[in-house]
Amino acid sequence: MAHQKLSAWQYMILGLVAVCAPLADACLSRGMTKLPAIFLDHPATLIVAVFTPWIVLGITLLIGFFASYLTALSWADLTYVLPATAFGNVIVALLSRFWLQETISLERWAGIVLITLGVGFVAQGPSLTVRPVPVVEEGQHL
Amino acid sequence: MTIPILAPHPGVWAAAAMIAAIVLCSTAGEVLTAAAMKSVGNLDKIRAHSGIKGAIRAVLTCPLFFAGVGFLALAFFSLLLALNHLNLSLVAPASASLTLVTNAIAGKIFLKENVDRRRWTAAVLVCVGVYLLAH
Repeated sequence: MAHQKLSAWQYMILGLVAVCAPLADACLSRGMTKLPAIFLDHPATLIVAVFTPWIVLGITLLIGFFASYLTALSWADLTYVLPATAFGNVIVALLSRFWLQETISLERWAGIVLITLGVGFVAQGPSLTVRPVPVVEEGQHL
Repeated sequence: MTIPILAPHPGVWAAAAMIAAIVLCSTAGEVLTAAAMKSVGNLDKIRAHSGIKGAIRAVLTCPLFFAGVGFLALAFFSLLLALNHLNLSLVAPASASLTLVTNAIAGKIFLKENVDRRRWTAAVLVCVGVYLLAH
C-alpha cells in the first residue's frame, strides 16, 4: 500500500464530512421526536415528515455531507474515510460540554479518547489502496 | 381499524430490527457509492479539468452511483422510522458503530481495500468509542 499524503483541502473535506453528519442527525432527531408516532402501515406519513422545518435543515446538512463524502471517496478508501470522519461525534460531545454546559460522564470521556485514538491511528496510515495495475481509468465506469 | 406493526415503545427485537435495517442498507449504499466514486476517479482533478459541471456529470453518468443512492435512501427512511420510535442516543451510536465494522468487512471483500491491522484497530477503537459516547 503506497502512502498517499492528503492536502489541506482534502483534510478540510474530511472535516466537513465529520461535522455535517452528526449535526444532521441531531436536526433529524429533533424533527422526528416532535412528530406523532409513525407506523409502517401508513408509509406516506414519512414523506410528509420530510417537509417539516427541522427535517429540511437536517436534509440540507445531509446534502453538504454527501457532496463532501463523495469527494472524499473519490481519492480515499471507504475504510479510511469512515473512521477518519468519526471525529464529528467527539466535536458534538465537546460542544455539548462546553457550549451547552452538559455533564460528560467518565464513560463518555473514555469514548472521546478511544475515537480520538482511532482517528489518529487511521489518519497516520495511507488513505488509498494502490493496485499495481490500474484497471479503470478516470471517467470510465465499472 | 389499522393494527400498528410497531408499538410507540418497541421491544428489544423491534429496536434491533430497525437498527439492523439501517446498518445493512447503509453498508450496501456506502460500498456501492465508494465503488462508483473509485470508477469515476478523483473529483478534485475532474473539477479542475472540466469544472463543477464536468464533475457532476461524471458522477451522474455512473449507474453504480444510483444503486448506492437507492440503498442510502432506504437507510435514510429506516433512520427516520427508527428515530420516531427510539432515542437518538441509542440509534445514532448503535448504527454508526455497527456500520463501521460491517463496512470494514464489506470494503475488504467487495472493494478489495487493504484493510490492514491499523485500519481494523481504528475501526474497533472508534466502534467502542461511539458506543461509550452514548452512555
